[in-house]
Amino acid sequence: MDVLTYLIPISLVLGGAGLVGFIYTVRSNQYDDPEGDAHRILNDDWDYHPKP
Amino acid sequence: MTAAIRPSISACPACVAAPGAQALAEQGGHKDARIALSLPTIHCSACISSVERALAEAPGVSSARVNLTLKRATIEADPDVMPDQLIGLLKRAGFEAHELDAGTLSVTQNDKVGRDLLMRMAVAGFAMMNVMLLSVAVWSGATDATRDLFHWISAAIALPTLAFSGVPFYKSAWSALRVGRSNMDVPIVTALLLAVVASVWETALSGHHAYFDAAVALVFFLLTGRYLDHRTRAIARSAAQELSALEVPRATTLRDGQEVPLPVADLRIGDLVLVRPGGRMPVDGLITEGRSEIDRSLLTGETLPVFAEPGRVVSAGEVNLTGPLTIQATAVGRETSLHRMADLVAIAESGRSRYTSLADSTAKYYTPGVLFLAAISFVGWYLYSADIRTALNIAAAVLIITCPCALGLAVPAVTTAASGKLFRRGMLIKDATALERLATVDTVVFDKTGTLTAGTPELTNLSDHDTTALQVALALAQGSSHPLSVSLTTAARAAGILPAKVSELSEVPGYGTQAVWQGQVVRLGRAAWTGATPGADTAAWLSIGEAAPVAFTFTDRLRPGAAEAVQGLMEQGMRVLLISGDTGPAVAALAKRLGITEWQAEALPVEKSAKITDLQAEGCHVLMVGDGLNDTAALTAADVSISPASALDAARVASDIVLLGGDLSPIAESLTTARSAILRIRENFRIATLYNVIAVPIAIAGFATPLVAALAMSSSSITVSLNALRLK
Repeated sequence: MDVLTYLIPISLVLGGAGLVGFIYTVRSNQYDDPEGDAHRILNDDWDYHPKP
Repeated sequence: MTAAIRPSISACPACVAAPGAQALAEQGGHKDARIALSLPTIHCSACISSVERALAEAPGVSSARVNLTLKRATIEADPDVMPDQLIGLLKRAGFEAHELDAGTLSVTQNDKVGRDLLMRMAVAGFAMMNVMLLSVAVWSGATDATRDLFHWISAAIALPTLAFSGVPFYKSAWSALRVGRSNMDVPIVTALLLAVVASVWETALSGHHAYFDAAVALVFFLLTGRYLDHRTRAIARSAAQELSALEVPRATTLRDGQEVPLPVADLRIGDLVLVRPGGRMPVDGLITEGRSEIDRSLLTGETLPVFAEPGRVVSAGEVNLTGPLTIQATAVGRETSLHRMADLVAIAESGRSRYTSLADSTAKYYTPGVLFLAAISFVGWYLYSADIRTALNIAAAVLIITCPCALGLAVPAVTTAASGKLFRRGMLIKDATALERLATVDTVVFDKTGTLTAGTPELTNLSDHDTTALQVALALAQGSSHPLSVSLTTAARAAGILPAKVSELSEVPGYGTQAVWQGQVVRLGRAAWTGATPGADTAAWLSIGEAAPVAFTFTDRLRPGAAEAVQGLMEQGMRVLLISGDTGPAVAALAKRLGITEWQAEALPVEKSAKITDLQAEGCHVLMVGDGLNDTAALTAADVSISPASALDAARVASDIVLLGGDLSPIAESLTTARSAILRIRENFRIATLYNVIAVPIAIAGFATPLVAALAMSSSSITVSLNALRLK
């Protein structure tokens, strides 16, 4: 059962990372325009040079 | 569930908007101005980039961002960039655009409550998954030190989670308890606290059962229900606010002979305000210059336009039809008659405040019942076993199992499904309990002008006139943008009439158009101006030289779907009434056309709401459909109310449901949907009760384990959500 010593912290850290990521996306308004973001990915305006 | 907070609905949206607008004005002094445009036609990725490119290339614009979900563009630009320029720019690029009032929108832009609930829900969800993983290990046979370790880790995750995610429940329960009342959140909080205390105690004594997973799952499910509920209303609210924001409160004033555009809020008494044809009066005032006709239908329900000349008093909300008018403001802002009437509505007792929602009435029996059961099991087990630990454990199990996961989801899951369905049909449900109230309706009261009729005239006697008269009339009508002329032009063109050749065509604002045809003066316009005696109908008169004038009569065009809506309601066995502020013959004709037998004409606003109160006293549940300011009191008094999107802002605010399209036909359908939704809600309550009837005896008998609790909770929540999806 020694393996639990690693696995439990790892599972908690991974889950926690997911949670932190989610909180970051909520805070930075990434859910304001889900439909627009789905379409923007098809847009090739900045494909060959980065957006200034 | 929705017992505690309902956002206060002001009868005057401008008052809600004003603080936002002020805040914006304060911070906007040095920064770039922010312009919001509504883009109803955008739908693809090419639209996004062409709109953004077109806007970014405009001089003075520093950044532009399109939001496709809201079909809206937000633009940061120099303060001297006018929205009209950008709208023209987009029109040339092929996109329809309307200005949105940034002040009104700023209220919705940051949905703080929603974001807060989402965050708490996410934390609870994360904790639930982790604790559940550990619990599964315990249920499948972890023993001794491993079990204790798992319990302790669960506690370490669950306790901070409950402290953070449970806050909405603690607050709501506390606010109820403080005033000596009880609500659904009281047993929830009791269950959480009891579960935590019992579980920590058990863990410390290395006991077998800990309810950390159940407590966290309970919070997660309840927050899900609450978030769904909030989102449904937030979507409706933002759509409703967008409707209000489309009416930008700006007026053109004359200062030292210069035309200055100003926000309506900055107008002062004595200012000279220019109102162009098609514009709405922003203030009460006195006409100082210009002649025109005024459409007062939104205020009084009259369809016949009123003649306007210098010296005449006008009220805010009236629409100028033909010529430009200059008015001197006599009352502005909150002092206008429009606002005074809207304020009256705020005082009037509202139909919705008398209604207790299904969730609330269930909670009234449920809360004491659950607490009583838990107390009985605690006392019973304590007397039986003389062991406070066992008694506490069992009381906690009873509370956890009876806790209203399913009850918390029963209402929001169904209302979300139903509101989404109606939203796709073009109906916006603004109030949380509107669906429930809609389901009880047995009487429907319609307003006439602007509700059943579209407010646009339709020529009725084309065939009565000879070709010559029609040709001359068409030639004259083409020279004017008056609604009657426009309608006459459309009808004559559709009949294949070609305009006669006339010269010296001119429009005399407020009277009509005149010209010279074959050496004779021809006029099309008001009765007195053409030398005729006015009749009761809406009519434009044509005079050719010295010949007797002939009348072109008009009737108000029916709104699309009006006939279907009335017929559909009658087929459902509804009692349909027509109450209008318009004259008797006009109302009678429309009632006959639609097959409505009960009608009342020339009703004052007070009489309208009195009639509704009378109907309610007879035991009827009344649905009011109206659009004008004269309907607002009735809309408020009715059990539930609907207004079209074209309605006056005050009327839309007073009603529970807004029809987004011009079509009335969804009304009949919405009643069916509402009834089916209520059926599903009641079914959900029965399912939740059934689970309790099975699980509670097990819990009281002391056989409940955390596994049983988790199973009961999840399966009841899932059944209830699936049942909600069966909505037709």
